[in-house]
Amino acid sequence: MTKQYRSISGTAFDITNVIVLSVISVLAVLPFIYIIAGSFASDAELTKRAVFLIPETFTTAAYQFIFSTDTILQSIKVSLYVTVLGTLVNLFFTVTMAYALSKRNLMGRNLVLNLIVFSMLFGGGLIPTYLVVRDLHLLDTFWALMLPGAISAFNLIIVKNFFQELPAELEEAAKIDGCTELGLLWKIVLPLSMPVLATFTLFYAVGHWNNFYSALLYINDPQKWPLQVMLRQIVLLSQTAAGDINSMDPNFVAPPDQSIKMAVIVIGTIPILLVYPFLQKHFAKGVLIGSVKG
Amino acid sequence: MKQAAAPGQIPLMQETTIKRKRPNVLGRIKKDKWLYLLLTPGLLYFIIFKYVPMWGVMLAFKNYQPFLGFWKSDWVGLEHFRVFFTNPEFYMLLRNTLILSLYNLVFFFPAPIILALLLNELRLAFFKRIVQTLIYIPHFISLVIVASLTYVFLTTEGGLINELLLKYTGTKIDFLANPDWFRPMIIMQTIWKETGFGTIIFLAALAGVDVEQYEAAITDGANRWRQLWHITLPSIRSTIIILLILRMGDVLDNGFEQIFLMLNPLNRETAEVFDTYVYMMGITQGAFSYSTAVGLFKAVVGVILVLGANWLAKRFGQSGIY
Repeated sequence: MTKQYRSISGTAFDITNVIVLSVISVLAVLPFIYIIAGSFASDAELTKRAVFLIPETFTTAAYQFIFSTDTILQSIKVSLYVTVLGTLVNLFFTVTMAYALSKRNLMGRNLVLNLIVFSMLFGGGLIPTYLVVRDLHLLDTFWALMLPGAISAFNLIIVKNFFQELPAELEEAAKIDGCTELGLLWKIVLPLSMPVLATFTLFYAVGHWNNFYSALLYINDPQKWPLQVMLRQIVLLSQTAAGDINSMDPNFVAPPDQSIKMAVIVIGTIPILLVYPFLQKHFAKGVLIGSVKG
Repeated sequence: MKQAAAPGQIPLMQETTIKRKRPNVLGRIKKDKWLYLLLTPGLLYFIIFKYVPMWGVMLAFKNYQPFLGFWKSDWVGLEHFRVFFTNPEFYMLLRNTLILSLYNLVFFFPAPIILALLLNELRLAFFKRIVQTLIYIPHFISLVIVASLTYVFLTTEGGLINELLLKYTGTKIDFLANPDWFRPMIIMQTIWKETGFGTIIFLAALAGVDVEQYEAAITDGANRWRQLWHITLPSIRSTIIILLILRMGDVLDNGFEQIFLMLNPLNRETAEVFDTYVYMMGITQGAFSYSTAVGLFKAVVGVILVLGANWLAKRFGQSGIY
């Protein structure tokens, strides 16, 4: 239809548009490509010429160094552990609460829902939350990385709305067959909700892998640092105003080579890039878009 | 409702008047006992990690002493607020916070709208998919990695940008330690990280526009600019307004992590904002009461801004959020 009306200036616009969008797309991923290339280059090459996309001499020295040091390897293990366990904690808390709240005639439901919405609007803030975590003796434990963010109120409400829209007939039939609410949730509701739960699993998992804030606040023991904190230590703290903060810091890490920094960045990014196709499949489907709009 | 008069509950109901329409509390709890069991972990979470801290903001009106604890520390009323508002640092924090939010609004906010409009004009479906796949990626990358990339690219010790600057201009710029470069750096990070993902919500609104409107406009002789102005833009107007409201509510929220990661003693005069100040005073220096007061001030102003913006939106005929 529209083709008949496309003028020359319209075509010129189309071509420009394709070029502009190509440039923007490349800019979105170029930093990663450069960093990946740099992580496989020798330090001599990095100091000699800063700009390249394919290293002259291909070397895995940076990665060999990383996997031979205990500190970075330990932090990768911590991140993996917290990501897996933390996501399970998230799912348990979110699903159980969302299911209970999806029952419209549950007494006290509106009160609880209002409490949840209010907590999205106003919060106690950093210090009171820190004191709660401290007084529960969670400091320097992995629970401090998992419990304070166990439920995202936003996700909870989306899952609750999803449960609410499941056909009521199925549940009634199961109840007549003598199924309890627990059995109903486990045998009927959860299997029906797999696509939605898969989405939230991925989002929660990405959140845990990327989490820096909780570890900064609650974890002082370098043995328990996740990768994001280690990354900051290696890349950021080793070069700001040397001698100012670092020399005071007992966990001071000597400035590592540029290629090692790049390799650590690559390791921090790769898990995200690996799950990204699955993530994209889900949010492209509109599971989350619909909820943001409504 | 029917099960409310189960035999086991009758003795419990003797004291209250029995009304058929409102089954008694214990009966309902017993009937839904599994649901309440399921509700408990989440409810405990909200009480312990959301509502206890809310009540903990009382600290702002006390003088917290670690050896006395929360209960026995003295009440000091508004003393911490007085100290904070008369502190010259207050104006630095307010200025830095507001300027950063303003930059964000002016330079970042329109970016996803423009990008979504460009994507909407694309006619090659497969190319559009490729572009979308690539531009969403940065959203999922952690802020530590974003800060790390910024450091690796901008450092004066062999960073890509500075090597290029040296080659073509003969001088290097210490972006990371220069207060004048802090705000542009933060905004550039946000634009790189969030513009692509920010288009999703606008693309969803644009996908809902009836194609017939465009066809009618073309028959009437409207060119693409006219179509953009009269059909496309009005269709995303309410989305833009809702996002603007959310932004207004967040004016004091610059995002702790991003600022904290890029903050250092050399760029502090433009970089320090309320959030990072609370962390520094509270966690680093242990002034729990004072920093709680600062946090409370920020949170209360935040609530007022959100509700105010929401009220404004309703007055302008939009649906609002709360």
